[in-house]
Amino acid sequence: MSANRELKHEFDAAPWKGKTKRYDIVKEGTIALAIVAALTLVLALLMGSPDETPLTFKGWATTNADNFYATAVQELAGSSGTATYGGPYNKNSDGLNVGPFWLQKWAGVTHPIDTVNDFVITPLSTQLMSSEVSSAVSTWNAASPTQQSAWATSYDEAIAKAEGKLSEVAAGDYGPVPTLAAGLTSMAKSGGLDAALLSQGGFFQTDNTKQILFFGDGSYLDDAGTAANLQGGTWGMMNETGRYPGQAWLWLYSFWYQIPPFNNEESGPIGANADAYIMYVMGALSLGLILIPVIPGIRSLPMRIPIHRGIWSQYYKAEGIKRRKK
Amino acid sequence: MSEMWTAKLRNKWQKNLPIEKLLPDDQPAYVASWIYVFGVLTLAALAVIIASGVVLAFEGPAWYHVSHAGKFINSLHFWSVQLFFVFMVIHLWGKFWMAAWRGNRFATWMTGAVAFVASIATAFTGYLVQTNFDSQWISFEAKDGFNSMGIGAWFNVTNLGQMLLLHVAFLPLILGAITVVHVLMVRKRGVVPPIDAEPISLGGRS
Repeated sequence: MSANRELKHEFDAAPWKGKTKRYDIVKEGTIALAIVAALTLVLALLMGSPDETPLTFKGWATTNADNFYATAVQELAGSSGTATYGGPYNKNSDGLNVGPFWLQKWAGVTHPIDTVNDFVITPLSTQLMSSEVSSAVSTWNAASPTQQSAWATSYDEAIAKAEGKLSEVAAGDYGPVPTLAAGLTSMAKSGGLDAALLSQGGFFQTDNTKQILFFGDGSYLDDAGTAANLQGGTWGMMNETGRYPGQAWLWLYSFWYQIPPFNNEESGPIGANADAYIMYVMGALSLGLILIPVIPGIRSLPMRIPIHRGIWSQYYKAEGIKRRKK
Repeated sequence: MSEMWTAKLRNKWQKNLPIEKLLPDDQPAYVASWIYVFGVLTLAALAVIIASGVVLAFEGPAWYHVSHAGKFINSLHFWSVQLFFVFMVIHLWGKFWMAAWRGNRFATWMTGAVAFVASIATAFTGYLVQTNFDSQWISFEAKDGFNSMGIGAWFNVTNLGQMLLLHVAFLPLILGAITVVHVLMVRKRGVVPPIDAEPISLGGRS
């Protein structure tokens, strides 16, 4: 550090010995609190706050029964998003990675979800069902895993081939799967599945993981998100339902999802692992924000771009200080 | 006596942050810009957030769905958060263009930036515990980012109970503590002098 810079540093660090003025910190705080409280009050009274009613399985099965039914079959076949997710729910995928770092896989399975039992068989078993459904549950439970998989997979593929149109699904040996899916759809329509998925046979529950993941496996939640302009590809992360401001402070996080290669799953490892890469990027940028004072170039910007001349204009004018020439 | 931890702490406190610095009745004349009010406005918004949040906590997360009073308190909470971030971002930009880390104020900047990040985490968990469609959507979408880093194994955004406890207890404590440290540092070091102000030995008048 040069002698002049050292002197300037000591000057900046030392208690101010120049001109001062009166300052009532308590009064300032009180006035600020009153202004902000009044502003908040006015905004709350005039604008209210967003509160869209949550989605339910009853609503899903009632408004789009075919999609719910097909999703139930996917849960039994192990082809749904949750069933093939990987950590922390199961080991059916390695999850996302950034280069050699497979953090998702390494963290392990801490919230185990077995879509067959957790989403379909257990809820059906906890309710008093028709003899047909009860019999289907018994048949399923008595079958070998290989047989179960063969029934569910062939039916899942047949539904996919018919593009989700259940009336056009080809006949085949699907075992008890159609009855199980129909039973679960019926249960969902009655409202029973909402409670059964949450409780999982218990009483006190505060964990909605299974409900949320089951929702995400179908199109109901996704369609509702699209309708509310909440999709990640359209800056949805910082949007809010209705005409309210959302988490605008997440704009930078949301930004990366709008540009290549992050917004294209097909564009190599970065696009395919965008969620992980963006977390790293944001982690680095957050660290950068904290460490700005020691980052060459960025820490000099305030001296090079004279916005401070406006901030301290009164002082500069009073002291007759002109901008330093670099 | 001087070996006592309590005495050492008291002496250090009195040396670094005497009551005249903590509750000053004067300040440098260069503190004369609207940009300076955004720090105290941020603190004021935080006070409104905490006050409205305490009322919501007493009544429970689902109260505001069924009560007009609850909806009003929730609206206060919602808008005070919006104002808080507006004020804080302006404060942050202001301090950046002042290069407010000069003169041994690096830790002051750092605690402010950490408070900003902690505020985002706290607000995020707030959006997760709205118990409405928005929280369903956000938790489903957000889980992928956290899971991809392995964080989701312990920080489960789809677990309402966990998010609620973090939102009303742990994160406000962290944010509150960082904010207190940040404000104490500002009081200890004082407001950074203007960039072009120079000591007399360098030709300055101050």
